[in-house]
Amino acid sequence: MPLPALPKRFHAASIWALYGLGLLPAVWTFYLGATGQLIGNPVKIFEHLLGEWALRFLILTLAISPLRDLAGINWLRYRRALGLLAFYYVAMHFLAYMVLDKRLALGVIVEDIYKRWFITIGMAAFVALVPLALTSNRWSIHRLGTGWGKLHRLIYPIAAAGALHFCLAVKVIGPEQLIYAGLVTLLLGWRLVRPRYMAWRRSRREIKTGFARTQAQAE
Amino acid sequence: QADLQFSPGGYDPEEEITPEADATSYNNFYEFGTGKADPAAKSADFNPRPWSIMVDGLVNKPAEFDLDALMALGLEERIYRMRCVEAWSMVIPWIGVSLAGLLDRVEPLGSAKYVAFETIVRPDEMPGQRGLFQPLNWPYVEGLRLDEARHPLTILSMGMYGKTLPNQNGAPVRLVTPWKYGFKGIKSIVRITLTEDQPASTWNRLAPGEYGFYANVNPAVDHPRWSQATENRIGGGGFFGSNDRPTLPFNGYGDEVAGLYAGMDLKANF
Repeated sequence: MPLPALPKRFHAASIWALYGLGLLPAVWTFYLGATGQLIGNPVKIFEHLLGEWALRFLILTLAISPLRDLAGINWLRYRRALGLLAFYYVAMHFLAYMVLDKRLALGVIVEDIYKRWFITIGMAAFVALVPLALTSNRWSIHRLGTGWGKLHRLIYPIAAAGALHFCLAVKVIGPEQLIYAGLVTLLLGWRLVRPRYMAWRRSRREIKTGFARTQAQAE
Repeated sequence: QADLQFSPGGYDPEEEITPEADATSYNNFYEFGTGKADPAAKSADFNPRPWSIMVDGLVNKPAEFDLDALMALGLEERIYRMRCVEAWSMVIPWIGVSLAGLLDRVEPLGSAKYVAFETIVRPDEMPGQRGLFQPLNWPYVEGLRLDEARHPLTILSMGMYGKTLPNQNGAPVRLVTPWKYGFKGIKSIVRITLTEDQPASTWNRLAPGEYGFYANVNPAVDHPRWSQATENRIGGGGFFGSNDRPTLPFNGYGDEVAGLYAGMDLKANF
């Protein structure tokens, strides 16, 4: 079923609305934490919330092209915002860990990154996201040409690393971790199947148009 | 929760007591879910009364104790530090009875070397125990060496903050061993069995490289996921209300318990 198309004049505004809405969970939870309204372990609650939203935005970023391939919904215009939101959340997740959780104890942070696998993996994903965020603009796309697409394929290992980081960070892998890891696996798996699917669809279309053509000739 | 009558137990680290709201809303009790907020949010259907604990195994007088019989052993308030393996800590005013007092009643045999504990299994009342996804094998089990179980610091807690235990904290009766990581503090106990061989403990069985049988608080032995050198003391007041502090060997109870482990390599027996 076709979605009602958003009139083009609202496209830019809808992208800005996405940034605003997307940052809301972070802003709201920070406010709750800073004003003492998060009970228990406010720093961890905030840190984990940021990490989860980072994963959600990574997943949404990866969902844009399958959505177009399979459902015909073209939300390509939101992909940059979703990707950048993922980056902002990863960056805030890291900042919350560094400033609020570890209180800038650099020795402890370096030891964590070096000694604890889940932190090593998370850190690697964060570092890999930086060039993607820096080149998420029209100028870089033109400047880098075909290299831009190659560079941005880094999002695949980054998403895998993010899901793995989440799974390794907990004592037992629960339904939440399974859902995120499952969605990432599906979305990455789609990339493997996609070329074959597209070829199959193309050939089917050719058969159809070929058939139509022979029919038209016959008539 | 009902108010409890108790006498002072003589233990107080003289550190700020964790706000009750934090101690009753930030919990690990996987029978109700793996999230920290799950136990408080999902334990309303749990019925901790009536209740009894079977004490059996290598004892002269195996017996079942109901809550009144347990409380008759003498409720005391013990203010203890509590250190979680996840590198956070609290200070909690427990109310409970000495486990040694209970063990005396059943008269352990000379062959008894360990004490095994078991949590109730009630999938109807404990959402973490039902459904497709089961994080742990039920029942949750824990164990202590008999001398650890008999140590004066070891209590069966039936209350905190002057009242009976809330469901999320292990109602109606749980173990408290303040020099060990919190996961040793098995909750909602239904059975205590004296054994000759070292009993299984849930986390040790799941990941023996991460959780030892002893699980003594030890800043010198890191967990693969958490440094144990420091801990975050949970406290009210948002992002800046809690504080980091160095973790003490045996959680600060070394003077009392270090002797239990004389001659043992605590890095191997973590």
